[in-house]
Amino acid sequence: MTTDPKSNAKPESGAFFQRDRAWHPPAFTPIYKTSVLRSPQKALLSLDNTISEITGPVFGHDMLGELDNDLIHNFAKPGESAIGQRIIVHGRVLDERGKGVSGALLEFWQANAGGRYRHKKEGYIAALDPNFGGCGRTITDEDGNYAFRTIKPGPYPWPNGVNDWRPAHIHFSVFGHGFAQRLITQMYFEGDPLIWLCPIVKTIPDKAAVETLIAALDMQATIPMDARAYKFDIVLRGRRSSLFENRLEGN
Amino acid sequence: MVQSLNRLKESPSQTAGPYVHIGLTPNFCGIPGVFEKDLGTEMVNAKTKGERITIRARVLDGTGTPLKDALIEIWQADSAGLYNSPTEIRGAADPNFTGWGRMPTDMVSGECVFETIKPGRVPYKPGVLMAPHVTFWIVARGINLGLQTRMYFADEELANAEDPVLARIEHRVRVPTLIAERHGDVYVFDIHLQGDRETVFFDI
Repeated sequence: MTTDPKSNAKPESGAFFQRDRAWHPPAFTPIYKTSVLRSPQKALLSLDNTISEITGPVFGHDMLGELDNDLIHNFAKPGESAIGQRIIVHGRVLDERGKGVSGALLEFWQANAGGRYRHKKEGYIAALDPNFGGCGRTITDEDGNYAFRTIKPGPYPWPNGVNDWRPAHIHFSVFGHGFAQRLITQMYFEGDPLIWLCPIVKTIPDKAAVETLIAALDMQATIPMDARAYKFDIVLRGRRSSLFENRLEGN
Repeated sequence: MVQSLNRLKESPSQTAGPYVHIGLTPNFCGIPGVFEKDLGTEMVNAKTKGERITIRARVLDGTGTPLKDALIEIWQADSAGLYNSPTEIRGAADPNFTGWGRMPTDMVSGECVFETIKPGRVPYKPGVLMAPHVTFWIVARGINLGLQTRMYFADEELANAEDPVLARIEHRVRVPTLIAERHGDVYVFDIHLQGDRETVFFDI
C-alpha cells in the first residue's frame, strides 16, 4: 500500500457525503429471497465519518501482473484463449463531485460465455471453459480511467423463483481512498431484456439508478476485427472539504 | 430555478453474490495461477509492532445459521493508533502492518480467522479518544449493500465505557453486540444479521 510517489498534492481528508440509502437497494427485498434472513431488521446507527472510515487501504500499481486485466488470457493455456464474444470494458471511476478517483483498485469477476462460473459450489449444466477463470483486476490511472479485456458473460439461471435468470453481468468491487467508499456492484449490458425481469436488479427502487449500472455499447472504443467495447463509469461517494472542520493533527 | 449542484449519484450497490470468491479470493475457491496470492490474507509480518491477536468471526442469519458464503474485510489502526493510509495526516503508520485484511468465511464452519495485532486508540475529534476497535465490512449473497460495523475488545472496559460511538447506542442492551469476547490471544466475534441479538450496524 503506497501513496502515489508522483503526486505532491496533500491527500484530501474530509468526511464522505452521506449515502442516499433510498437510491441504493434496501436490505430487505423479499423478491430476492436470500435477503429475507440476511437483512438487519433494526435501524442503522447513523454517524458522521470518523478517521476510521475516512482512511482506507490504497494499493500500488506494482502489485499488478501483466495479464491481471486480460481475462481472455490470464487463465488460458499458452497460445490459447477463452471462447466467447471478445469485449473491452472501459470507463472512469469518479466521485460524486465528478472528480476522477486515481489509484482505485477495481476487481471484477464473471461467468463464462455460457453462464457457468468456475466455483466449486456451482452446478449449472453449461460447460466450463478450460481457458477461462473469470477474475481480473486493475488500478485506475491519475484521471480515474480503467480498462480490461474479457469475453461477454452469458445469462445464468438461479434458484430464486422457478424460472429466474440473471442478465449477463460482471461483478465489480471498488476501493476508493477511504474505507467508507467501499462498494460492490454489478455491470449490465445495453439492450439486455433480462435486466428488467431480474429480482436482484429490482432490489434497486429507482429505474434511473438501475440505468447507471447498464454499460453502453461503445463503437468508438471498439477495435476493428478484434473486440467490441462497452463503457461503464462508476461513481463513489464524494468528500467534504475539511477546510472549516476541526482537524485531528497533533491529537 | 437555482443553480445546479452538478453532483453525481453514487453507483447503486448490488449483492456480491455467492461467487464473490472468484473475484476477491480466487486461490481460496480453486482458481490458482491468476494472482500469486489472495489479497488481504497477510496483515502482519515478523517486524510488525504490537500485541499479536487472532480474530475469529462468524456471520449468522436470522435463524442462527452461520453464512458459509460471506466475505469480511477489516480495517484497523496500528498499535500506535495510526492508519496505513495516504489519508492519515497525523503521522506515518507502522510500515510492517497493512491495517487491512480480507477473509472468506469457511465453506464448512462459516468461520473466518484474521491474524492481526491489537489496534491503538484513535481520536474521535480533538481531545476525545475512541476505544480500540476494528472496522468490519461484510458482503454476501442476500446482502444488497455491504454492512458496516465495528468490533471492540472485552478487555478494554474503561476505554469502551468512554467511547463516543458506543455512547450513541440508545438501547444499552445492544452495546455488547459490538464487543468481542477474549479467550487467551483469541477474540471471538459473532455478527448476527437479525433477531434478538442483532449486531448494531452503522450508516457511516
